[in-house]
Amino acid sequence: MADVAKPQDSRSAMTYLRHHMREYGMLLALVAIMVFFQIQTGGTLMRPVNLTNLFLQNSYIIIMALGMLLVIVAGHIDLSVGSVAGFIGAFAAVAMVNWDLHPLVVIVLSLGLGTLIGAAQGYWVAYWKIPSFIVTLAGMLVFRGATLWLLNGKSVGPFSKGFQSLSTGFVPDFLPFVAPMLGMERLNGFALAVGVAIVAAILWLQIGARARAAAYGMADEPFGFFVGRNLVVGAAILYVTWLLATFRGIPNVLVTMGILIVLYMFVTNSTTVGRRIYAIGGNEKAAKLSGIKTERLTFLAFANMGFLAALAGLIFAARLNTATPKAGVSFELDVIAAVFIGGASMSGGVGTIVGAVVGAFIMGVMNNGMSIIGIGIDYQQVIKGLVLLAAVIFDVYNKSKS
Amino acid sequence: MVPILEMRGITKTFPGVKALDNVTLSVVPGEIHALVGENGAGKSTLMKVLSGVYPHGSYEGSILFEGEECRFAGIHDSEAKGIIIIHQELALVPLLSIAENIYLGNEITRRGVIDWQETWKRTEALLAKVGLRESPQARIDTLGVGKQQLVEIAKALSKKVKLLILDEPTAALQENDSATLLELLLEFKAQGITSILISHKLNEISRVADRLTVLRDGATVSGMERGEITENRIIRDMVGRDMAHRYPAREPRIGEVLMQVKDWSVWHPLHSDRQVIRDCSLTVRRGEVVGIAGLMGAGRTEFAMSLFGRSWGAKISGEVTIGGKPADLSSVPAAINAGLAYVTEDRKALGLVLDETILRNTSMANLPGVSSRGVIDANRERRVAEDYKSQLNTRTPTVFQRVVNLSGGNQQKVVLAKWLFTDPDVLILDEPTRGIDVGAKFEIYSIINTLADQGRGVILISSEMPELLGICDRIYVMNKGAFVGEFDRAEASQERIMESIMAGDRVAEGN
Repeated sequence: MADVAKPQDSRSAMTYLRHHMREYGMLLALVAIMVFFQIQTGGTLMRPVNLTNLFLQNSYIIIMALGMLLVIVAGHIDLSVGSVAGFIGAFAAVAMVNWDLHPLVVIVLSLGLGTLIGAAQGYWVAYWKIPSFIVTLAGMLVFRGATLWLLNGKSVGPFSKGFQSLSTGFVPDFLPFVAPMLGMERLNGFALAVGVAIVAAILWLQIGARARAAAYGMADEPFGFFVGRNLVVGAAILYVTWLLATFRGIPNVLVTMGILIVLYMFVTNSTTVGRRIYAIGGNEKAAKLSGIKTERLTFLAFANMGFLAALAGLIFAARLNTATPKAGVSFELDVIAAVFIGGASMSGGVGTIVGAVVGAFIMGVMNNGMSIIGIGIDYQQVIKGLVLLAAVIFDVYNKSKS
Repeated sequence: MVPILEMRGITKTFPGVKALDNVTLSVVPGEIHALVGENGAGKSTLMKVLSGVYPHGSYEGSILFEGEECRFAGIHDSEAKGIIIIHQELALVPLLSIAENIYLGNEITRRGVIDWQETWKRTEALLAKVGLRESPQARIDTLGVGKQQLVEIAKALSKKVKLLILDEPTAALQENDSATLLELLLEFKAQGITSILISHKLNEISRVADRLTVLRDGATVSGMERGEITENRIIRDMVGRDMAHRYPAREPRIGEVLMQVKDWSVWHPLHSDRQVIRDCSLTVRRGEVVGIAGLMGAGRTEFAMSLFGRSWGAKISGEVTIGGKPADLSSVPAAINAGLAYVTEDRKALGLVLDETILRNTSMANLPGVSSRGVIDANRERRVAEDYKSQLNTRTPTVFQRVVNLSGGNQQKVVLAKWLFTDPDVLILDEPTRGIDVGAKFEIYSIINTLADQGRGVILISSEMPELLGICDRIYVMNKGAFVGEFDRAEASQERIMESIMAGDRVAEGN
């Protein structure tokens, strides 16, 4: 019964794609959505300034989605992230504006405080087995209230340039001689170089991995598909960096985000800690009886979530240049939606970082595109809700087919 | 006699697999008809065709019930005819009462309002029929598996059953519960109810079955009448070859004492006044297979789990040495470090991450063994999984197969691979052959022999006494949380083990 038909005739790229629809489906959906809005907005979507904005607008959702993925894979949920992000933003604002602390000190303190909040919630979930839904629902209320109290119901700002650059700053052009060489008046040569370097690194890693897999006779991905996939990914990265380079270069927050995405991909794919979190979500009892410290890892997943929520809160505050009592309201829903659109399972054990990031971009592009077209906020909510539902149905459908 | 049920030329194909190939089954009224075959032989598929889970049109062939051609569109249609299946995994709602479960979806109502008095009255009558003395309002989760099985049967009776199909009804039952159940089947037979019994337990079949059909690889292999039925014949037809030896031979080479447990006592985690394990002492030598016999609820699993990193129980006391040194068994990681491994009784719920691949399940208990500084070496992990796949002869096209798609025997091999990769000195195997077909059982026994030959110690917990007698060098008998007997291979027999359990009972009652 364990026989799987040998894919004799399925070496072609199209059949391979059909077999791996679950992995690539959402990515294709993202591309389709981008093409759709690119046409509908008359090309505004992919204008350098709008693209830069897109990254700035969604950075905090993506950063939190990374942590949320771990929490959801471990079989839990964290509803408090929006409130925690708002609270940390408020704390940072009060610390900088009212107490006159140095931004760097404030950043360290804020991240520490966020981790502590996450840890406190994780403690109840992991060691007391209190359902995470309830613990973090409580946290959501508590920190929303705490934000109001801290800010006295008013907005606090503005911040120093240094702190603002956390979100709105750009990496300076370290290679100013590139632009004239290409005959461009306004071009961030460094951004372009980074894009080329990233593509080269990806190609190098991919070719190496495929060679190792081939040595084991495991290269089941058709060669044509492999080439095509890397060409598309490489071209997309070059295109995006080109667009960024023609505006103001790489936003600081994109650097933060990029590093975090790569780091969390590595953790989930290649480390024992990541593997164990998947095992916990897949079958906690079996994981425990296999010597995995399930409580500690659950606790750490929540502490990590708190850290990332704090980071997101700082970035959000820096972007608005003020902390408001409303900051972070309903972020948790966008973050959770992103993770589920990306293919994570409600029951735990399944989900990928790439999926969560793609899910966040789907939400982000739709928000942005619909706003440009001028669709009202009412319809926007309805459409986003339906997209979430459709994505999960699509996933369940593909799962039942395989 | 005119058959009550005739299935003719049933062929059912799944994409790429022919699950049933021109199968014929004929059941006469009032008989107990046994359906046997290895896992994957097509028994369950055939029953799903019969009950309408696979609706008419999705298979070829015809079904005649009481002389009428049936075209079931779903399970409702077959139940309306009086064909009722009781599945291996019981379909009861644990938090509802017996009465609520029996009449679930079939409630006794007056103008849409449930008539509880009538429900309870009828339930009581049904429970009396199946010989279950429980209140109709007792919650299902307060009953043991044996009693739950009886509730399922009562539920079938409530639907005016004509043909009762039992899929592995005794797989999870103790000998005495099984005996009760089989008696009940015989009683039903006397009342004219026809039954189809699917079972792996050949001794039960030879006891109660009137006729028998053997399936192998989706085809009918043979039929036998009462009188012709012998265990050896069934096995031969099931596996398609003679199995002269059900237990592989081994020349025991028993060495020095490897593990010693002294005065192990454990209390119940919730009822702190209940002592579950009483001063148990046990020795395992190198190269020795030590069995623990006992009835369900004797405390064998509790003993094993409390040893393995205190995974069960409270107020645990006692001493354990492994290899002459005191062993730290205070947590699961510590126990693994000390050289202990525990293959759980319930491999699906406690042993495996079902949705993960063979590869990932294999490395789960020893990730440091395939990684350096917390980073997993994918190639090393792959090599390890492939090694165990070929060593244990796990039948799967690739180690990237998800374990949920494997048969019971192959799943058990994955669990064994996981624990072998931790390189344990002592393995505790808790019911390692439960729900596994004859051929795979033989392979598991061979693996156990190999482990012993490698100089490891094996503790085997099993409810199947022939199995213990077949492969153990020494057998402890457990009753009510204490060891009440110990036999060498030479002196052990089914009778002596049962005697010492009974004697233990008398002692306990004497107190």
